[in-house]
Amino acid sequence: MKLLRDIWLVFGRYFGLFIRNPAWVALGVLQPLLYLLLFAPLLGPLNKVPGFPTGGAYNVFVPGLLVQLGLFGAAGVGFSLIAELRAGVIERLRVTPVSRVALLLGRALRDIVSITVQSLILILLALPFGLSVNPLGVVVVLALIALIGLFTASISYAVALAVSDEGVYASIVFTASLPILLLSGVLLPLGFAPTWLRNIAALNPLSYAVDAARAVFLAHLTDPSVTKGVAIMLVLSIIAIFIGARAFGRAVA
Amino acid sequence: MDAVIETHGLRRVFKTRKRSVEAVAGVDLTVRSGEIFGFLGPNGAGKTTTLRMLATLMPPSGGSARVAGCDLSTQPDRIRERIGYVGQAGGADREITGRRELVFQGRLYGMSRAKAEKRAAELITMLELEACADRQGKTYSGGQKRRLDIGLGLVHDPQLLFLDEPTTGLDPQSRARVWDEVRRMHDRGTTVFLTTHYLDEADALCDRIAIIDYGKIVAEGTPEELKRDVSGDVVTLTVAGDQQRALDLLKDEPFVREAKLDEGSVLLYVDQGEVSMPAILRLLDGAGLTLQTIGLHRPSLDDVFLRKTGRSLRETPA
Repeated sequence: MKLLRDIWLVFGRYFGLFIRNPAWVALGVLQPLLYLLLFAPLLGPLNKVPGFPTGGAYNVFVPGLLVQLGLFGAAGVGFSLIAELRAGVIERLRVTPVSRVALLLGRALRDIVSITVQSLILILLALPFGLSVNPLGVVVVLALIALIGLFTASISYAVALAVSDEGVYASIVFTASLPILLLSGVLLPLGFAPTWLRNIAALNPLSYAVDAARAVFLAHLTDPSVTKGVAIMLVLSIIAIFIGARAFGRAVA
Repeated sequence: MDAVIETHGLRRVFKTRKRSVEAVAGVDLTVRSGEIFGFLGPNGAGKTTTLRMLATLMPPSGGSARVAGCDLSTQPDRIRERIGYVGQAGGADREITGRRELVFQGRLYGMSRAKAEKRAAELITMLELEACADRQGKTYSGGQKRRLDIGLGLVHDPQLLFLDEPTTGLDPQSRARVWDEVRRMHDRGTTVFLTTHYLDEADALCDRIAIIDYGKIVAEGTPEELKRDVSGDVVTLTVAGDQQRALDLLKDEPFVREAKLDEGSVLLYVDQGEVSMPAILRLLDGAGLTLQTIGLHRPSLDDVFLRKTGRSLRETPA
C-alpha cells in the first residue's frame, strides 16, 4: 500500500513537472510526427524490393520506429536526474521515508506515459499512410513499448546516479544504445543481414522485441515471437527495476 | 539529558581505483536532546560525510551509531521518520514552486493532502516566504532559497534536524535570519546538528561544539570550555605616555604568560582575565602610570583550532 502511494506521489510530482511545461509536451508530440513525415516517404518504393516482408512497408517499419521511440525516448531521461542530483533534490528525497523503489518507478511511470502517448500518436498518424492494425494489436504493442521504456529508463537512471555527470552519462548511454538499436533490426529487417550479423543480433534482447512488434503489425498476434518478445522484455524490466532501485538506495553525490 | 545521537568509532572509507581514503576515522560523539551541536572543521575534514552517515544517506564503513533512539544500521527507516536533513545544495527544485515542494514533502511523510497543505502554509508564514511561495524556485534569492530548504527539513516537525553548512554563501543579513530560525527551532525543543567552517557561527549559535580535522574529533565541549582550555584570555591596554614602561612593568608577573606591544597598545596573554585585571590595575597604579584604555578579549575558537591542529582555520582554504 505504502509502495503504491509512494509511486503515485512521485509520479504526480514528475508528471506535473512535465505537463506544466508546454515546450516538453509540444516536443513529445512533434517527435513521432517527425519520424513519420521525414522518414515515411522513403518507405513507399521498398515494397517492391525482393525479399522484403509482405504486409506493407508501414507494417514493417512502424513497429521498428515504435521500438526506437521506446529506447531513445527513455535513454535520455537520466539528464534531468543529474540536474536534480546537483540541486540536492535526490538527497532530500532519500532522507524521507519514501520507498526507494517508488523513487525509481514513479519517475519511470511518467516516462512510460509519455512514451506510450507518443507511440499512440505515431500509430494513429501512420494509419492514413496505409498502416493496418487491429485494436488488440495496438494494446499489445503499446505494452511492449512500455516495457522497453521501463527497462531503458531504469537502466538510464541507474547510470545517471552512478556517474552523476551529464557528459559521461551521455557518452555511456548513447554509445550503448546505438549498437543495441542497429542490432535489433529496427531500421531494416534482419532478414537482409549476413549470417554473422544475424548471430550477433540473436544475443540482443531488443531484437526479440522488434520481432514481436513486427509480428503483431503483420497480423500474427498468435505468433510465438510475440509471447517471447513480451516475456523477455518483462524479465529484463524486472531486473532493471532492481538495479535502478538499488541505485536510488545508495546514491552518493 | 538523553542522547539524541551517540556514535562509537564511526568510520567511512572512500575507495578509488588507486587508493582508499579514510574520510571519517573513528568518530565518537554524543549529541544531547535539545541542544544546538556544531561540527566545526575545514573543508574535507569529514564533517559532511559524518552528517550524511548519521542522516542515513551513506552506510558507515565501520563503527556504530544510534540516532533519534534507533540503530543506524538496522533501523534507517525509523530514523528517517524522525529526522530532517538540509544538505549543502539545499534540495528544492528550481522548476517547482516553494509551496508545491512543501506540500509534496509533507505527503512523503504520510500526510494527507489537506494536512500537508496546512503545514506548508504554516511554514511559509513562519519562514516569511509568503512573497515567493507560489513562484518557481529559480526566482528565489539566496536567503529565500535557504529558508525554503530549511522548511523542507522541518515539514514533519522532526525531533532532530541536520543542517550542512546552513549559511555558506549567504549575505550577512540572510545569515542572521538563518541563525534566528535555528534558535527558534532550539526554543521549540528541536535538537539541531549543524556543520560549519565559520568560527563565529560555531561560537554564537552552538551550545556545544566538536572540532574535526582529518576525520577525527580533536576537541569537544561548549565554546567557553574549549576556549578556556586552550589559551586563557587576552588583555589589551594603553597608558598615558610610553607603552614600553607598562610592558616592562607587567611582562614578568607570574599570571602573564606572554606580553607584547601591538599597534600602540600592550597585549597581555593571561590565564584568567577576570582575576588578572584587578592585579594589573593595582600594579599600574603603584608605578604611577595612568591607564587610558583596557579591554578583555576572550580567545577565539581559531586559537582552539590552532592549538589542536597546528593550523589556523582561517588559513585553510574554505
